[in-house]
Amino acid sequence: MKSKKSDLSLKNDHFTFPKTPTGIDGLDEITNGGFPKGRPTLICGSAGCGKTLLAMQFLIKGAIEYKEPGVFMSFEESSKELMLNVKSLGFDVEKLSKDKKIVIDHVRVERSEIEEAGEYDLDGLFIRLGHAIDSIKAKRVVLDTIESLFSGLDNTAILRAELRRLFHWLKDKGVTAVITGERGEGTLTRQGLEEYVSDCVILLDHRVIDQVSTRRLRIVKYRGSTHGTNEYPFLIDEEGISVLPITSLKLNNKVSSEIVSTGVKGLDEMFFGKGFYKGSNILISGTAGTAKTTLAAYFANEQCTKKERVLYFAFEESPHQLIRNMRSIGIDLEKHVKSGLLQIHSSRPSLNGLELHLLTLRKLIREFNPSAVVIDPISNLISVGNDNEVKSMLVRLIDLLKVNNITALLTSLSQQTEKKVNEMVEDSVSSLVDTWITVRDMEGIGERNRGIYIIKARGMGHSNQVREFVINSQGIELLDVELGPNGILTGSARKSNALNKKVSAFKLQNELDQKDREIARKRKVLEANIEALRNEFESVEDELNRLKTIESLQNKLVHEQKEGNTVNKKNKK
Amino acid sequence: MVKKQEAEWQLRLYIAGQTPKSIKALSNIKKYAEDNLAGKYSIEIIDLLKNPQLAEGDQILAVPTLVRKFPEPIRKIIGDLSNEEKVLVGLNIKPLKAKV
Repeated sequence: MKSKKSDLSLKNDHFTFPKTPTGIDGLDEITNGGFPKGRPTLICGSAGCGKTLLAMQFLIKGAIEYKEPGVFMSFEESSKELMLNVKSLGFDVEKLSKDKKIVIDHVRVERSEIEEAGEYDLDGLFIRLGHAIDSIKAKRVVLDTIESLFSGLDNTAILRAELRRLFHWLKDKGVTAVITGERGEGTLTRQGLEEYVSDCVILLDHRVIDQVSTRRLRIVKYRGSTHGTNEYPFLIDEEGISVLPITSLKLNNKVSSEIVSTGVKGLDEMFFGKGFYKGSNILISGTAGTAKTTLAAYFANEQCTKKERVLYFAFEESPHQLIRNMRSIGIDLEKHVKSGLLQIHSSRPSLNGLELHLLTLRKLIREFNPSAVVIDPISNLISVGNDNEVKSMLVRLIDLLKVNNITALLTSLSQQTEKKVNEMVEDSVSSLVDTWITVRDMEGIGERNRGIYIIKARGMGHSNQVREFVINSQGIELLDVELGPNGILTGSARKSNALNKKVSAFKLQNELDQKDREIARKRKVLEANIEALRNEFESVEDELNRLKTIESLQNKLVHEQKEGNTVNKKNKK
Repeated sequence: MVKKQEAEWQLRLYIAGQTPKSIKALSNIKKYAEDNLAGKYSIEIIDLLKNPQLAEGDQILAVPTLVRKFPEPIRKIIGDLSNEEKVLVGLNIKPLKAKV
């Protein structure tokens, strides 16, 4: 005991109240370590809210996990009944009691058998309890429900005095006791046990809101220690009680800068990092029929292909339906299911309350240990809870996934026209998720096309474009952006645009050819003209040459004549 | 105490040490028995401090407790037995005139 205490105080650097861990999932977190050590704790609540189970689990976990034997003193159910009840929760009390880890003592108070005549005290009870404690060196004691004494015995004055003495005696014994009490009118317990047991009081509650029941736990008081003060939902399932702290702790989870592919080539390219960060949360929102599930299946398929384990929660389709539908677009999920990499878990959202859903998720995640989780769609859970509940559940879910570094892909159905409930999911989730992708219908000219765009991607640059995508038997294909005069073109507009382009290209070519031909013709004309001019020029030149020849001939003749004259003159002389 | 076997009335008194209440209860029951069941009864005294494991058998809570083991059905009377009327009615020794 002492060493534990000093361990704790070393860790926290200041004195820590000595506590006994309950071993109940989540309860130790909100009580900062468990029930007060060596003191009695009161658990109260109305009928059927799980008091006995909580107490029993405290004892069993103590015996198994913390090596602290315990005594269960039951004033209501017999030992056999109790053993049977918790056996269905997987606890073998019979064996524990054989191993002297647990003693179950049924104290039967039969009013019809008992007559009171004079002064008495409850030493008999003390001795029994003391004997039981000593026989196995018990550290934990449960008294369930001690108020039954009040119905068996008349003299409440004696009873009250004796109870007070009992709790003191338990404290002196140094055992950590849990006392259960039925909730009374206006008081925590019918007989006001809270007056005697005042170190730690825990209130259990079972409420039905909109036909869905939720169990809640609240620490009313805890002397000498800080504790969570909220109402925490808790669950009873085949493994006993688990309490779910609304927001787990702090935001100090480790992050990874590893990238996981979206599974869709074009979508990867829209992220500058070529995918999602590992361990991040991705929300795919969109109206009905915008291929959210298909995108999710692509993601799951991609992860499985890379030998990562994927847990797929389908709230709309059965596993077989999902597999069949995805096969039609060329994704074979079945082989991944067979190889054990993919687990598809289908359930109706209205099957359970939200909390049970969360717990199922939590348990499956713990068992299967996936590296990616798909929840399709998260908005369906809305139908089972009110705003706050859904919100708090989603927060916890996302927390849970983040802490475990699981990449989570959530789909969410939104309504485009009327801003209603479903928008709320996005409102509440969008600030929590790291990446938000929206798929939407783009309606126009008598058709509907699908577009995808990224609203946000924390820590990663991303495309701002709305990309059109088509789904055919080969799967999803993101088309290149087609810009028209009025923005991005989709569907048949894209096609007609492509046609227009073709036509205009053809026209252009035609025109070019025509122009070419014209030029050729012009060139011919030009050349002909040149030829004609050249001919003209040549003929003029010829003329000129001819004249020149004539002239030179004449000159020659003139010259010869002149010379002849002189000779003649000379001869005459 | 007297006639261990085949006593018509088998009584058992559970006490926890020699407390004033225990002593008072013992003397009271002896007196009533002698007065009403002389020769037909036996009283066994069990001190729970010495034999704590015996408390479970008869579902003893309060001390002192007087248990009528025989005749059946088992009846229990708790307290120091100072109220003679109640004890006798409780043990069914006295016809139930006060009880109805």
